[in-house]
Amino acid sequence: MKKKLLSALLSAAMVASLLIGCGAKEAEAPAAEAPAAEETVEEEATEETTEEATEEVAAGEGQVYYLNFKPEQDEQWQALAKSYTEQTGVPVTVVTAASGTYEETLTAEIAKDEAPTLFQVNGPVGLANWSDYCYDLTGSEILSNLTSDSFALKNGDEVAGIAYVIESYGIITNVELLEKAGYTTDDIKSFEDLKKVAEDITARSSELGFSAFTSTGMDGSSDWRFKTHLANLPIYFEYQEDGISDTKAIKGTYLDNYKQIFDLYINNSTCSPKELATKTGDDAENEFAEGKAVFFQNGSWEYGNLIGKGMTDDQLKMIPIYIGVGDEANQGLCTGTENFWCVNNEASEEDIEATLTFINWCVSSDEGTQAMADMGFTIPFKNAKENPNVFVQQDAAYTAEGKVPVSWNFTTMPSEEWKNGVGSALTAYAAGTGDWDAVVTAFVDGWASEKALAE
Amino acid sequence: MPPFNNKNAHITLMAICNESIDLRRKEMEKAVKKYWPIFVLPTVAAFAIGFIYPFIQGVYLSFCKFSTIKKAKFVGLANYQYALTDESFYHSFGYTLAFAVVSVVLINVIAFMLALALTSKIKGKDIYRTVFFMPNLIGGIVLGYIWKTLLDCFLSLIGQPLLALNETWGFVGLVILMCWQQIGYMMIIYIAGLQAIDTAYLEAAMIDGATKLQTLFRVKIPNVMSSITICLFLTLTNGFKLFDQNLALTGGEPAHKSEMLALNIYDTFYARSGKQWKGYGQAKAVIFCILVIVISLIQLRATKSKEVQA
Repeated sequence: MKKKLLSALLSAAMVASLLIGCGAKEAEAPAAEAPAAEETVEEEATEETTEEATEEVAAGEGQVYYLNFKPEQDEQWQALAKSYTEQTGVPVTVVTAASGTYEETLTAEIAKDEAPTLFQVNGPVGLANWSDYCYDLTGSEILSNLTSDSFALKNGDEVAGIAYVIESYGIITNVELLEKAGYTTDDIKSFEDLKKVAEDITARSSELGFSAFTSTGMDGSSDWRFKTHLANLPIYFEYQEDGISDTKAIKGTYLDNYKQIFDLYINNSTCSPKELATKTGDDAENEFAEGKAVFFQNGSWEYGNLIGKGMTDDQLKMIPIYIGVGDEANQGLCTGTENFWCVNNEASEEDIEATLTFINWCVSSDEGTQAMADMGFTIPFKNAKENPNVFVQQDAAYTAEGKVPVSWNFTTMPSEEWKNGVGSALTAYAAGTGDWDAVVTAFVDGWASEKALAE
Repeated sequence: MPPFNNKNAHITLMAICNESIDLRRKEMEKAVKKYWPIFVLPTVAAFAIGFIYPFIQGVYLSFCKFSTIKKAKFVGLANYQYALTDESFYHSFGYTLAFAVVSVVLINVIAFMLALALTSKIKGKDIYRTVFFMPNLIGGIVLGYIWKTLLDCFLSLIGQPLLALNETWGFVGLVILMCWQQIGYMMIIYIAGLQAIDTAYLEAAMIDGATKLQTLFRVKIPNVMSSITICLFLTLTNGFKLFDQNLALTGGEPAHKSEMLALNIYDTFYARSGKQWKGYGQAKAVIFCILVIVISLIQLRATKSKEVQA
């Protein structure tokens, strides 16, 4: 009997550990995150005490806790927060989630007593998780500073979020190599041009010593460039044609064009399409920085990395991704945002007030806008400063020439699951273990079923 | 002075000893009775905070729709309804079951054979033991990525599709990885069991003219049944709850076909946006938990009944 009891107890203990192992995945994130968070809080506490001593007026005016999404800019945010605190006496804590764990970190942090007062969502789909926590920003000063109302994220009649950074992506081109191959970016004005140039480079690649495209890596660190960003183009053109901004059932009108550009990428590249499943984002970046390929599909956020790897401003140019649809002569870069600031409505009134003042300061004051420009952000606000990022400058130049930017519609993609499905099918297609029909199925049927599940 | 009586002295001495041992034991019991909470409480408290409370909360959350545990809305059995109609859940269950069976058999058979070999008289057995045990010291995620690179190189050499595209090799890869990681650990347990067998049994068997095989099946195996119980339990539960290695080696690719239960639950949590998904995942986790309890209880009962008390 005792033995039975013991074995029952033992298995209960084991099973409890199992359930915790999988049930509390979200609870694991805080454990990992906690030290970082506490560190800052402690720092904050010491800062606070010194401030309380000097500026007692500031006490009770609320504080700001920003859960930052972009690890690249962590240091700059910390510096900006410190400077703001020095000037106003309002404590600002910035905690940055580790890359790729924002959702998990936010889930854990927001349940705490000292929850973030400022966090971010990636658009309407991400908002579905957090709409309960979004303070209605209608009538706030920051809203009135936006250059266009389209940068506000609506939830019904309420304004749930505000875009704070605009980014562009396209085909980053190594102009120097392109010239070696006998072309300039002016020679590429349509998909046909791009195809001609790429195939010519491939034909002479052993003589030239480089390839047309960097590897179309389908590893998790790189596949978003194709299953999300490249997939935006057929979606954009379909939305344009149908005059819509979201749909429950995508038709896949331009999937042949999607195939066309994907084929061009994988067949004119630094490696065999069979190896793409393991190629990473770093692989492609290194190939490009080392001059092994002319074209590299990526975005304006990549500027810092490329410069850091020794490339110079004159080497870099970003051209639009042509897929052979629409008015290609007037097509611009893919420009948009998936970064929206939301204010936590669970925070105390003073904290909400302090947060609103802080974000408005970031995007309107001289120091704030300068800091944003230094972070490489193009901000959609009236007082924005000029940005040193050449890709961003090019986007502005394209727009000035009257070219129409391709908007970011991947924020309407039904789910991560949908993207993964398309990614898997693309990988299999590239390696030859699957066919294009599977991509079409994942794209069209997957869209309908995932949208239905999101209801 | 009475004449020296050997026998009596012996008895007196024993009586004194027994008395003092009894006394000490009584004192011990008294002390234990008085102070047991001091020894037990920290562990119980840690267990309650770290295991029991989250477990109960986890079960409660499986009946809720939530994005954070603060704002959980009770929805009754809806989550279970979804979990039990989700095809991917069934697929990953089948996959996990197949994996658990294959890995349990392979790991235990190989580990036992190694243990037999390393308890015989061969040179350098301590070195072998250490070497075989070492893979167990490396974390699952790291192992997964290392084996992914190795297997991908191998697959591209033999002209097969890479792991992310190859369901069969995904399974084989997982089995190889788990064997590599766990055989050493189980081997140590078996070695301990084999070394604990009273040599009198083995000598008796030898004198009776038992063959090596007969000694193995009639003497050694029955005497290490308790080790077998532990090893089967460990490998079976490890097989079912496998997560890190699965995530790192195949990530469920191609298209969820190599996704095991734990990864399926994780995906349910994070692959889609919306409050309902956390509840669905939680319900799956509870079902998963009950499944593992039942299976391991059956296994424990089956092997325990075969244990002999030496």
